[in-house]
Amino acid sequence: MGFISRGFKGKRRDNVSSSRVPPGQHVVTDFPVLSAGPTPRVSVDQWTFSIVGEIDEPKRWTWREFRALPTETVTKDIHCVTKWSKLDTSWTGVSVDTLLEGVDTAADFATVFSDGGYTTNLALDDLTGNKAWVVYEYDGQPLHPEHGGPVRLLVPHLYFWKSAKWVRGITLQNEEQPGFWETNGYHIRGDPWRAQRYWRD
Amino acid sequence: MQETPRVASLFLNVPDWQGHHAGQHVDVRLTADDGYQAQRSYSVASAPEDARLAITVERLEDGEVSPYLVGEVKVGDKVELRGPIGGYFVWNAETSSPLLLVAGGSGIVPLMAMLRHRSAAGSKVPARLLYSSRTADDIIYKEELDRIASSGDGVEIAHALTRAQPSGWKGYSRRIDRDMVREIAWPKQQSPMVFICGPTSFVESAAGLLVDLGYDPLQIKTERFGATGG
Repeated sequence: MGFISRGFKGKRRDNVSSSRVPPGQHVVTDFPVLSAGPTPRVSVDQWTFSIVGEIDEPKRWTWREFRALPTETVTKDIHCVTKWSKLDTSWTGVSVDTLLEGVDTAADFATVFSDGGYTTNLALDDLTGNKAWVVYEYDGQPLHPEHGGPVRLLVPHLYFWKSAKWVRGITLQNEEQPGFWETNGYHIRGDPWRAQRYWRD
Repeated sequence: MQETPRVASLFLNVPDWQGHHAGQHVDVRLTADDGYQAQRSYSVASAPEDARLAITVERLEDGEVSPYLVGEVKVGDKVELRGPIGGYFVWNAETSSPLLLVAGGSGIVPLMAMLRHRSAAGSKVPARLLYSSRTADDIIYKEELDRIASSGDGVEIAHALTRAQPSGWKGYSRRIDRDMVREIAWPKQQSPMVFICGPTSFVESAAGLLVDLGYDPLQIKTERFGATGG
């Protein structure tokens, strides 16, 4: 528990319901960008989305096939581990449930992989049950490359590094394998409501 | 210690500090007397070898934590810290590849930790820094950087001033561009390690220019900040 910081008053934002802002987060109105390297240049002509690993028949969609799948538009609050939260963000894409339809797998875990070599790990339970989407529109517009375009993952109930940018597919796994930030000091699951930011949280 | 009109460095004695790597950050948490808390992340500015932990903070106009750290904190005050954090945007002096550092504004802070670490560890790895600021008054660590550049220790430093230049200015007088990067960057065949830190738009263009020059994106480590650092 902290001690009092002499003379610190802070800026309380009374207009935001605290029930929507996890511990240690503050609300922003812009959309900050955080990436570990250069923004990859991805053309939708070359883009595919795959589900591989512990699956009898790996699945793969081209951009055209992916865009023919049923879509959803969802409005969600997002929470970045660097302490900003953004409320009521609107995204359009395909539910991971739709992508996994008819897939028979014994896997409990997944590694999501991206252009540029980024990976992040998730429990399959965190990707299914109408909790995760593979999105290509933000606020009604094509997703900007800085924010992960053409296509990123959206897992709004976990810290936003789990919502991998420039996503290309999912590897289904029997064992949990820490991804990029998860091997670089960040929490294996990343639940913002439990402030699971770093390894020892 | 005031570094520029808007930027100050804080030197902290941290009991049981476990040590850090150059490039890592810490979380600072402030608590008001009614229990209200705010926290933000700040890059460590000091070398792992330094006796005290230093952070350098830019005061943001609409900020919540930074105006307190830059304007209100006095010598002797306690600050609640957590860290060090981050295992990717880090440089170790045992590395043998040449080092290319590209900084925009207060993005210099983690890169300064690397330069300080390089000299404290006695590393002879050739290093180049390209540092873009608005005006000469906005250059953070100016005297220390001048000393490093003139010490003959293998560090070359180029400044760019984007908004205004003093008379007789010998550095660049424009935003980072292809020619500037071509002049400063090591040939890609030397496989330099690249660290870029600054505002998002700056990092996007610097990283993009290096990729255009044929750098492998995996050689380029970036850290971006928006206007919301607090």
